Amino acid sequence: MNGLGSLLFFGISALAALIGALFVVLATNPIRSAMALLLAIGGVTALFIGLDAHFLAAIELIVYAGAVVILFVFVIMLIGPDSTPPHDSKAMFSRTLAAVVFGMFALVTGFFMLRAGGGLHWFPPYRHDYGTIDTFGRELFTRGLVPFELTTALFVVAVVGALAVARGRHRSDAPSEGAKEQAP
Amino acid sequence: MIPVEYYLVVAGVMFGVGAIGFLLRRNLLVQLMCIELMLNSVNLTLVAFNRMRPDDHNGQMFAFFVIAVAAAEAAVGLAIGLAIYRLSRSVRSDEADLLKN
Repeated sequence: MNGLGSLLFFGISALAALIGALFVVLATNPIRSAMALLLAIGGVTALFIGLDAHFLAAIELIVYAGAVVILFVFVIMLIGPDSTPPHDSKAMFSRTLAAVVFGMFALVTGFFMLRAGGGLHWFPPYRHDYGTIDTFGRELFTRGLVPFELTTALFVVAVVGALAVARGRHRSDAPSEGAKEQAP
Repeated sequence: MIPVEYYLVVAGVMFGVGAIGFLLRRNLLVQLMCIELMLNSVNLTLVAFNRMRPDDHNGQMFAFFVIAVAAAEAAVGLAIGLAIYRLSRSVRSDEADLLKN
């Protein structure tokens, strides 16, 4: 890609990511937040492609757009109209103060970064074997093998935990009702 | 060509939007989405810094594991949200005050 093309690509994908992020926060309806999250994830995926991380871009799209956002939409559908609770001003002051303090912190950090100077840093030239599924997979299954296998343990724990939490008290209710019936 | 600082600025703004949204919104689902936004922005910085040193894929590998953990976190977090909704018929996180007093 030539200079202008890559700059245009970067601009569009960064704009998609930032607009998506903004509308996740601003939308009152959570289903719109989920759709905005989808846009933000699409933007991040495009940024990954711009950074020559092709395999990671595919993984990002599959895991986030294909699994996480669908899970969010599914839970929103399960909860139904209660998922948009009415607005109130409870603890609004402290929440706004926290947001303002955080924004000030970001501004101060940006100011010091600008003052430090040093100019812009450019990426080294592209290597044809960088970020492809071949080299990334080779590295993942040699140096990253142990954490990769540990991830499976994490997933098993997460699935069992999610099942145990989402099932609620149905199981503990049943014996107690039985005990109540037997008690008298 | 695009300097690495542009990517860092995009990631920083995205993290800030996610963090402010997490602090300001009281909808449990939207708060979880804000967490996803923050994790995504961190992934972006990791991949951008990895592109500065293309000899290995350490940053991309780290981002890969962050994505894996984020998927597990979303599953468990949504399960907790569903349990809270069943308990109090509300997804407002400031109404989940069972441990208060």
